[in-house]
Amino acid sequence: MTKLTDLTIAQARDGLRAKEFSAVELTDAYIAAVESSRPLNAFITETPEIARDMAKKSDARIADGSAGAMEGMPIGMKDLFCTEGTLTTAASHILDGFKPQYESTISKNLWDAGAVMLGKMNLDEFAMGSANITSYYGNVVNPWKREGDDTDLVPGGSSGGSSAAVAAHSVIAATGTDTGGSIRQPAAFTGIVGFKPTYGRCSRWGVVAFASSLDQAGPMTRDVRDSAIMLGAMAGHDPKDSTSADIAVPDFEAALTGDVKGLRIGIPKEYRMDGMPAEIEKIWDQGIAWLKDAGAEIVEVSLPHTKYALPAYYIIAPAEASSNLARYDGVRYGLREEGKDLIEMYENTRAAGFGAEVKRRVLIGTYVLSAGYYDAYYLKAQRVRSRIVDDFKKAWNSCDLLLTPATPSAAFGAGENQDDPLAMYLNDVFTVPASLAGLPGIAVPAGLDSKGLPLGLQLLGRPFDEETVLRGAHVLEQQAGFNAKPQFLA
Amino acid sequence: MSLDKKTVARIAHLARIKVPEEDLEPLAGELNNILGFIEQLNEVDTDGVDPLASVVEMNMRQREDAVTDGGYPDRVLANGPETAMGFYTVPKVVE
Amino acid sequence: MANLIKGNTGDWEVVIGLEVHAQVSSKAKLFSGAATAFGAGPNEQVSLVDAAMPGMLPVINKECVRQAVRTGLAMGCAINLKSVFARKNYFYADLPQGYQISQYELPVVGEGEITIDLEDGESKQVGIERLHLEQDAGKSIHDQDPTKSYIDLNRSGVALMEIVSKPDMRSADEAAAYVTKLRSILRYIGACDGNMAEGSMRADVNISVRRPGEPLGTRAELKNINSIRFIRQAVDYEVKRQIMLIEDGGEVVQETRLFDSIKGETRSMRSKEDAHDYRYFPDPDLLPLVIESAFVEEMKGTLPELPDTKKDRFISDFGLSAYDAGVLVSERETASYYEAVAAKADPKLAANWVISELFGRLNKAGKDITDSPVSPENLGNLLSLISDNTISGKIAKEVFNEMFETGKDAKDIVEEKGLKQITDTGAIEAIVDGIIANSPGQVEQYRSGKTGLIGWFVGQVMKETQGKANPGVVNQLLKSKLEG
Repeated sequence: MTKLTDLTIAQARDGLRAKEFSAVELTDAYIAAVESSRPLNAFITETPEIARDMAKKSDARIADGSAGAMEGMPIGMKDLFCTEGTLTTAASHILDGFKPQYESTISKNLWDAGAVMLGKMNLDEFAMGSANITSYYGNVVNPWKREGDDTDLVPGGSSGGSSAAVAAHSVIAATGTDTGGSIRQPAAFTGIVGFKPTYGRCSRWGVVAFASSLDQAGPMTRDVRDSAIMLGAMAGHDPKDSTSADIAVPDFEAALTGDVKGLRIGIPKEYRMDGMPAEIEKIWDQGIAWLKDAGAEIVEVSLPHTKYALPAYYIIAPAEASSNLARYDGVRYGLREEGKDLIEMYENTRAAGFGAEVKRRVLIGTYVLSAGYYDAYYLKAQRVRSRIVDDFKKAWNSCDLLLTPATPSAAFGAGENQDDPLAMYLNDVFTVPASLAGLPGIAVPAGLDSKGLPLGLQLLGRPFDEETVLRGAHVLEQQAGFNAKPQFLA
Repeated sequence: MSLDKKTVARIAHLARIKVPEEDLEPLAGELNNILGFIEQLNEVDTDGVDPLASVVEMNMRQREDAVTDGGYPDRVLANGPETAMGFYTVPKVVE
Repeated sequence: MANLIKGNTGDWEVVIGLEVHAQVSSKAKLFSGAATAFGAGPNEQVSLVDAAMPGMLPVINKECVRQAVRTGLAMGCAINLKSVFARKNYFYADLPQGYQISQYELPVVGEGEITIDLEDGESKQVGIERLHLEQDAGKSIHDQDPTKSYIDLNRSGVALMEIVSKPDMRSADEAAAYVTKLRSILRYIGACDGNMAEGSMRADVNISVRRPGEPLGTRAELKNINSIRFIRQAVDYEVKRQIMLIEDGGEVVQETRLFDSIKGETRSMRSKEDAHDYRYFPDPDLLPLVIESAFVEEMKGTLPELPDTKKDRFISDFGLSAYDAGVLVSERETASYYEAVAAKADPKLAANWVISELFGRLNKAGKDITDSPVSPENLGNLLSLISDNTISGKIAKEVFNEMFETGKDAKDIVEEKGLKQITDTGAIEAIVDGIIANSPGQVEQYRSGKTGLIGWFVGQVMKETQGKANPGVVNQLLKSKLEG
């Protein structure tokens, strides 16, 4: 028999239905996997007792026929989602000891659907990063290694704990959040599927905010089907979030028809950037060929402002963050560092509580909003954002989906890219434009590079057309037949 | 536009983050790198383009006026680093 | 110009603009479902949103939008069909989010104008710059501990309307009249209870002085003044301070000052010294507030007759003086009480009685017009008894006292006590004749020219009739008999 931890959500669902194993057995297998994968540092908090307790209840619901869509599925919860009574840190020192008195809508939706919490996943501090090297709780290690090279690689970020754990089979799936690529980029770095739905599809209530106009939760799973199942459980209108879309949640799994005949796949020419590594270009061309073979129509499209997405993002996201993070002041929760007066208490607390990258972004954000610079930076960025949205709108006239590389490179070593924050920012070059436009985007593992590391492709769709995105991703997945596994498996 | 030490100190104070004097210079360098990258935006013609604050294309929902929340001071104060008599406490503020 | 202030070096003109913060009468807060009622224990009316817990999000309260639009309409302002909530970023102990959600570039209500009533009976137009919705902050309590301030977030997130005037006022009286009128309008339409003692209405007063005809001087902002009397005192003090400062060769600094109502002076607020750079930007947790014009029309339909219109109507329909009309319309309840009385009795008489008798008694008893023991119908009945000569005005006051004590009907009291006026000329004539016969000395004096004695004769008649004789008839009879 296959190891329980090797099953996908869909397979485990079948196994539970057929009473091949119980939810408690599945959870116990994962609790052991969580323990054995500790070298990856993917968890900030492990919650085995909670997991066992939830699994027992799952078994009871399975027995009485009231099982939900995620019944008994042991998942990891990115530690950006507030979980009632369980330490929630956003990987920041500043949230020391914070145990929320509330449950985020997304985590609640998942528990209501029967999911089981294995623990809280490591991430970049406040989700700011692309390598999971800014966490107060230490770096996360990618379970993949280059062939013949023992260097630890990064799992991508910010949802690096989630991606590493899903890839290493220490959780069956995990939640992620994506502000500029934080689901898709780590998914690509670890050979898993990461789906950022349309902005407004998943509630932001109870998710520690980074950049409110961009933050969006989504599933990180082993395959596309699991992504569809899990998104169905997460999504839905939330009256507590003013930006949540009041749009019905379709049966995403039903969208996986395996048929893309006649679907128009746009290839944005501006994504073919100068200095793009040959291997990335190769996998992209391969993806184009696969979809064409499956009957899709390939069309070249232009997204002329692509180049400006990243600089616009690095104004908008830090600006919002500088304001969103003002609440961490040592008064109502988390860390407090005393000072001679209130102002010094604030300054000491925030100096001690925030890491270097968070400080940089808060300072940039403060600067671009400050008197005299607002128009030149913030308003300009919003105007460029308008242009980028228009680019996509025009593209949808001639195509139904866009196919692009997910990242400009495969995973890299922790020390190889971090000297310069700017170089790190470039990791998100292919994911940020869709974030600014609020579009659904999925990263699907497509192949290995010459060193044996996974590379991903990205499919983007129209707002609230997750179904077409999933349909395309499913076919891409079938065509790629990606079944490589990382060196480290729990 | 380029940041000097003094501006960094001013921004840091606005953001209430203590930055030691010796860190101001290197920080100014890092921030200027980022700002230099951002300046590319000036190449984009945005004349007559409205700034976009949100991609959400719907009207804001308004809730009914009803008391549905609050009444749980213990939960509000549960994570307080320092509380007394049902209040949060902070170093004395002189008005 | 009437409002110039004499300094040692010449005349000064005072320029005043006000920002009034009026708490919206809503059950729940602007962006959370926590209660707004006054007087709860510390942090009892605080939701996780108000305490700015991580990941908490704002959702706007419909009633607050409704009241903002109604207030805008009541002040004759333009309503902006699209407005935007922005974050005003600053750190303060009672500001949990580290920003206040307010409206900056696009407020829900634009320009308008209201009429203020001055004590000399004149009126004046004061421009309204804008009205926007915003969150109130919490409260810091400084007197509980020698080294700590205590933070109560009950007010955090309560909906405020900030109503910004143009700098159109020129004296403390005008500033006071402006707040009085604003309060009256807000209470009329039910958008704010106007309770200044409980903090439902507070004013920030911007004051500067200049030589007549010169450009505006540097202004000081007096924060959070919570009574009309204090506004007067604060303006008077601040004007003197600024004039003396300039005349002594100093300069007014643009700053925020606090009015100390105990010492009656203003002083600089140290805690607000930090340079202001609020870094406003549209709140990404909210969408633009879009209002349909049909909704604006619907809100127009919900407005009651406003004080100015009512005042004009009282003057034209009831023939009241501007002053009396102004007094009667200042509160909606008073105006409707008066109208109910006037429906039953002579409107002018009604105005006199409501303003002097009723107000006097209510004041003494510490009661509000809404819990007056004398109903407007009863007061109307009483006044019609005067008009139809059933009782005299003097007797009426006696009856009114009784009504106020017992709540009884005027007619019943008159019946029970036999207070009906004697208008029967024959009966009065008999009494007059008797008095003339029994007072030969006084008659003699009267006839020899001391006609002032008529009052004494009237007094005698009234004494015998216990005040019930119709004074007109008595006078007429006495005169004809004494002179005849």
